[in-house]
Amino acid sequence: MIWNEAKECMSRDEMQALQSKRLVKAVNRVYHNVEYYRKKMQALGIEPGDIKGIEDISKLPYTTKDDLRDTYPFGLFAAPKSEIVRVHASSGTTGKATVVGYTRKDIDIWSECVARCLSGAGVTRDDTIQIAYGYGLFTGGLGAHYGAENLGATVVPMSTGNTKKLTTMMKDFGVTAIACTPSYLLHIAETLEENGDLDKIQLKSAICGAEPWTEQMRLQVEEKLHINAFDIYGLSEIMGPGVACDCIHHKGLHVQEDHFYPEIVSADTLEPVAAGETGELVFTTLTKEGIPLIRYRTKDLTSISYDKCECGRTTARISRFKGRSDDMLIIRGVNVFPSQIEAALLEMGGTTPYYMMIVDRVNNLDTLEVQVEVEERFFSDEIRELENLTKKIAHVIQQAIGLAVKVKLVEPHSLERSMGKAVHVIDKRKLV
Amino acid sequence: MYIKQLSIFIENKAGRLEDMLGILKDNDINLVSLSLADTSDYGVLRLLVSDPEKGKAALKEAGVSCRTTEVLAVKLAHKVGQLQELLGIICKAEINIEYMYALATGKDDASIVLKTSDIARAAELLKDAGADFITQDELANI
Repeated sequence: MIWNEAKECMSRDEMQALQSKRLVKAVNRVYHNVEYYRKKMQALGIEPGDIKGIEDISKLPYTTKDDLRDTYPFGLFAAPKSEIVRVHASSGTTGKATVVGYTRKDIDIWSECVARCLSGAGVTRDDTIQIAYGYGLFTGGLGAHYGAENLGATVVPMSTGNTKKLTTMMKDFGVTAIACTPSYLLHIAETLEENGDLDKIQLKSAICGAEPWTEQMRLQVEEKLHINAFDIYGLSEIMGPGVACDCIHHKGLHVQEDHFYPEIVSADTLEPVAAGETGELVFTTLTKEGIPLIRYRTKDLTSISYDKCECGRTTARISRFKGRSDDMLIIRGVNVFPSQIEAALLEMGGTTPYYMMIVDRVNNLDTLEVQVEVEERFFSDEIRELENLTKKIAHVIQQAIGLAVKVKLVEPHSLERSMGKAVHVIDKRKLV
Repeated sequence: MYIKQLSIFIENKAGRLEDMLGILKDNDINLVSLSLADTSDYGVLRLLVSDPEKGKAALKEAGVSCRTTEVLAVKLAHKVGQLQELLGIICKAEINIEYMYALATGKDDASIVLKTSDIARAAELLKDAGADFITQDELANI
């Protein structure tokens, strides 16, 4: 099913013309409404008049998460506060969150994008869909919720945390679709299997995102639940879930290109890569009012194809992600930077102790263990004191990243020292 | 009256205890008594040795987290109820015992090593009750 054929199936020429028109408008908007962007453009000697179409996009400066941090909380907003109807927030690289704002029109466009994705996944107004992303500052829950409502499906706003209730309702309500992280879906599948409930559900499709997963994992969940599983992509800086989603042919994720202009650049040189080659995904929001971003570096590595898809859509498709160009981890759907842990430990003890993050997946749920070397100033001869220390470290880390962690105290000098860039993460999940 | 205990942080990993003891042996330090408190991830090795400061320096040199802690070593006669009587004195004063282990001196009496929440007060009370303490010098010559 194609939700908006006029936009999703337009010819490449028409799409480029639309993108050009919208880019000119977006550049004018940020230049006149956001001092930070105006100064950035002036520093490069660019005026809005220099941007005449989409082909001029490479003249524009890049935006990074650091820009959002430097302008925390609302410095990049391009709409007056009175027009902002909602804010969401995600992890920043250090203590401060990355805050984004939406006007009513932004919410409408977001809901349109999610509705397109859900349609592509076969969801219609006759379906009952459980939204099992976290509701709150995270964009997953509310983003999928508004999109599913816009589509007209019956929405069951589960949020996360109570798998038993979720599986019970899945059976009792005749739930036919679910939106959640892929690892949570596997966990749900196992719960159903353990309770002998696999044949008592009517689930047809799952729309999974917010964390990386492999094609094998997608096939595994399809087989186990006898459903179609779809990969949905998004990031709060650009919108939230719904920026791109794959269709029934599973040959890349269709980007909602009339709203988000994708580029693939080399993470080192920031020059565009040759067609079809892998590089860092960069997005420019073409219609966003609340916080329009110009050439935002997602740090996600992928490649892009402009060939028409068998499904009939002409929108650009990005391939399954091949990793990141920075050290961000996605654990249980939450963005985590090692620097956040470092900052938390620093705050606790004055200097940064050596630490190592061990990320694993146990029973399809991500786990995070943080090993911290017990320096002499932390060491006590009493177990009780050491246990208090463990709890305190776990608490400050949880405060910083919003995830429960297991803290393990280890001997000084036992963590690997590297000559160059320090290695702070061991990811055992094998996601790429 | 107080003696210095050497406390060492060790991970719960094969071979680590032996490594630590190896360092002490190489520095010609004699072990008099020990106790190991363990959790699933790590343990704290508590040692009474012939020369705690030298032991600490050697361990630090090897990059080990360790410290010296002041504890009491009280002599006990081999008599029923001796330990209970002694602890009664401490408990009545509402002093908490953090940990305790036995010390064999090779002589007729037995001894226990004590770490309490208030070591000065515990020492005073025990002394008033006529308890006999093992000194650092005695330890060095065992």
